[in-house]
Amino acid sequence: MDVPILKQGDYLIASILGALTDTALTRLQENLVRSVRQYRSKGVVIDVTVLDVMDSFAARTLRAITVMTRLLGAKVVIVGIQPEIAFSMVQLGLNLEGALTALDLEDGLALLKAADKKEQDGFRRHGR
Amino acid sequence: MDAETIIIDSDAGVMCARQKGRELAMAIGIAGSDLTLIATAISEVARNIVQYAGQGKIEFRFVEGRGRRGLLIVARDQGPGIADIGRAMEDGFSTSKGMGLGLPGARRLMDDFEIVSEVGKGTTISMIKWGHSQ
Repeated sequence: MDVPILKQGDYLIASILGALTDTALTRLQENLVRSVRQYRSKGVVIDVTVLDVMDSFAARTLRAITVMTRLLGAKVVIVGIQPEIAFSMVQLGLNLEGALTALDLEDGLALLKAADKKEQDGFRRHGR
Repeated sequence: MDAETIIIDSDAGVMCARQKGRELAMAIGIAGSDLTLIATAISEVARNIVQYAGQGKIEFRFVEGRGRRGLLIVARDQGPGIADIGRAMEDGFSTSKGMGLGLPGARRLMDDFEIVSEVGKGTTISMIKWGHSQ
């Protein structure tokens, strides 16, 4: 099952709808990076609320998505990590390094908007 | 319950095994974050089978000890085996493109963990998660 990617203004939203195989995760990575380029998106929110397991492969893939997306000039926010998933990630020794995280979709979008606004304000100030 | 077996030969099998593990653990009263820990450990050992051996199987069995019930998970393959188990169980060691957290991670997630491997013959990993005492 593929993860649907929705375009909302400058941002993309990928909502994971159930357990994912490694193949589906890899496909998400390819589709997201392609979509960021195609829609010139400034940010991506990946909603993992219903993801059943965050194992080493899933964490590695999310990190890869974060790095690739950043190389294209966009930001990634991972939202909806459940407490038990956070617990298992710490036990496994996994982290998402540079990825931004937020509690839910709403907070994730707010985080992206705030970051964009800050950048624009800074640009205006420095660019006179 | 007699042993239940899931054949692992693709990433669909990996997903199937972790769902089965979660389901069986619930049947003996394991709940909450322990279910996620079990599913995650299964995912790591099952992926190891697909990655290194191509195929294998995972057996599930209920066990009893010290007044508690537990879920025993045995992952078997007849793949190339692991030459240096000590190193394979070190964090950060991987001979493939992984992060090297799979096996040592799975050990941390479970209560009991044992690995037996012979080069050219295969690998067997046995791990248990215990429920709370009744």
